[in-house]
Amino acid sequence: MSTATTERGPSPQKALAHQPTKSALGSSRWADSLFKLTTLAFALIVAGLVVIIIIEMAMNSTLSFSKFGFGFITRSIWDPVHEEFGALPFIYGTAVSSLIALFISVPVSIGIAIYLSEHAPRGLATPIAFLVQLLAAIPSVVYGLWGIFVLAPLLRNQIYPALQKSLGFLPIFKGNINGLGLLTAGIILSIMVVPIVTAVTTDVMRAVPASQREAALALGATKWEATLIILQNARSGITGAIILGLGRAVGETMAVTMVIGNRPEISASLFDPSFTIASAIANEFTEATTEIYRHALVELGLILFVITFIINASARLLVYAVTRGQGKVAHA
Amino acid sequence: MKHRILSARALAALMILSLLTLLLAGCGAKGPDGSSETRIQGAGATFPNPIYQKWFSEYNKANPGVKFDYQSIGSGGGIKQISEKTVDFGGSDAPMKDDDLGKVQGQILHIPTVLGAVVMTYNIPGVTGDLKFTPEAIAGIFLGKIKKWNDPAIASVNEGATLPANDITVVHRSDGSGTTYVFTDYLSKVSPEWKSGPGTGPSPNWPTGLGAKGNEGVTGQVKQTPNSIGYVELIYAEQNKLPAAAIKNASGEWVKPTLDSTSAAAAGAAIPDDLRVSITNAPGAGAYPISSFTYLLVYKEQADQTKGKALVDFLWWATHDGEKMAKDMSYAPLPAEVVKKAEEKIKSITHQGKPLRS
Repeated sequence: MSTATTERGPSPQKALAHQPTKSALGSSRWADSLFKLTTLAFALIVAGLVVIIIIEMAMNSTLSFSKFGFGFITRSIWDPVHEEFGALPFIYGTAVSSLIALFISVPVSIGIAIYLSEHAPRGLATPIAFLVQLLAAIPSVVYGLWGIFVLAPLLRNQIYPALQKSLGFLPIFKGNINGLGLLTAGIILSIMVVPIVTAVTTDVMRAVPASQREAALALGATKWEATLIILQNARSGITGAIILGLGRAVGETMAVTMVIGNRPEISASLFDPSFTIASAIANEFTEATTEIYRHALVELGLILFVITFIINASARLLVYAVTRGQGKVAHA
Repeated sequence: MKHRILSARALAALMILSLLTLLLAGCGAKGPDGSSETRIQGAGATFPNPIYQKWFSEYNKANPGVKFDYQSIGSGGGIKQISEKTVDFGGSDAPMKDDDLGKVQGQILHIPTVLGAVVMTYNIPGVTGDLKFTPEAIAGIFLGKIKKWNDPAIASVNEGATLPANDITVVHRSDGSGTTYVFTDYLSKVSPEWKSGPGTGPSPNWPTGLGAKGNEGVTGQVKQTPNSIGYVELIYAEQNKLPAAAIKNASGEWVKPTLDSTSAAAAGAAIPDDLRVSITNAPGAGAYPISSFTYLLVYKEQADQTKGKALVDFLWWATHDGEKMAKDMSYAPLPAEVVKKAEEKIKSITHQGKPLRS
């Protein structure tokens, strides 16, 4: 608009922009700079904390790193008395329990999200969403207690024997059943992951433009086919949600340590006890009296940090790809 | 407009003021107490925590000017904290090893306080009475060699019980613990295979079994899981109405874990002057084989006169008057000979070379 005016000289807006804001107390440019510097400091402090954590952990794991090198990641033995340490059973436990959690929670969460965004009557959607979110508010320790006293006996007495009877030929369902183990940990983790995946998936599905839904229905698709088209639209966001859920599952400590059986051993059966990195550190750190024992535990923590970092970085890249792509699609 | 600019400057001033306040508060907070109350910090073993808390509260009632704080973080934590001098005294079930003592600046004394027993507790459907275990049977179960309840090693000494042909589920500790140390110390003494294998320690490489956190965890796990066996401190089995098996001791007798048989283990063992001793598998009549002292770790040379005197007076009180409360709380009191040796040690605690109690 200002380019339209010619003879009147610079527009009033431009003139104002060049004048520093004046007040009765004098120029306050220094206040703006100070504010900017302070907020910059806060941002740098947070970023700096992450760097400091990485450096501290690296410095506190030198003994075990120099003794075992990168082989630490592939060794299976965990013997503090003879000072032999290896991370493989913990990595296995963390990975498998999280994968089981995703395997169970993703279909359930997507189902809930579909119901909430497509089918639920307005009066029902809010209470159900609220109850699902409430799951996220329950503390980890409470999940663990519930797991020991309610879930594990139920699994041990009813569900696992039934699984073993019907699918016992599979190596993952063989072995001694005692209610605690990798599968139980995976089930509890799946309950903890459901609220996160559901919330993000619901938002992503609601963010799909109504034009897509309407176009599908107008072309004669059934409600279910239209939902499938929306899911396809939202697939990158849903992948991001799954990765966020994975990030939570990998780091969960208390609930897992109470039901996983705490045994650093890799075995084929899902009924057998196992150990995750987080629960190993929680269990053993206070009593780790020798230096190398402590360093081995910190190195485990460092490995978990790297795993979490990779998971979160992929989630971020995915979201970036989605937001970049969707800009183009919207204009088409 | 004017309001916004004012608040920008006010905000800046406020930020500077608050930063300064925080800095000052951080520096100035540790001002001298000046008050009459002496606070003594301790940390360590979880096993004696209930009786220590009772002792501290009773002692504080009798001596209002002295207050003790104890954090039950585990024997390993207790040893670490006292070695680094972050606490005034430590608590540990296992005595410190020679090389650990060598690394410490100063001399640490071990003052025994009470005795505890580690019991074998189990949950076998259909078995209501108390079972008997030989040392070989226990080692075999925890090594994973004896897999079923009706194995001859167990059945042969338990004629009256009907043992099912079910798999044994072994439950051990997942966290490092003094209780585990005592139990593995016993196993190393009675089983060469255990000694050369997992060995003695707060966190051995268990050949088999599930790990549960804390004495509470193992108790809960055994209570919930049929056909399971675990090791816990006596008081946990008693309070949760779980059975505690009788074990064959070094003299060949079947001994049930009771407060008396625990004290008998201390009476039967040879106690060295520095009081660092393992009394598992002790010889002597009526001695329960898996017994142990629990110690308070203090420096021989106390840096602070007031705190040192308070600590020494408390230790004297604990080993004399405190012992009277032990039985009511299911801890075994120290036998007389051990109290005498402890007295020597307490009297040797000094400040600048002068004994704090004569």
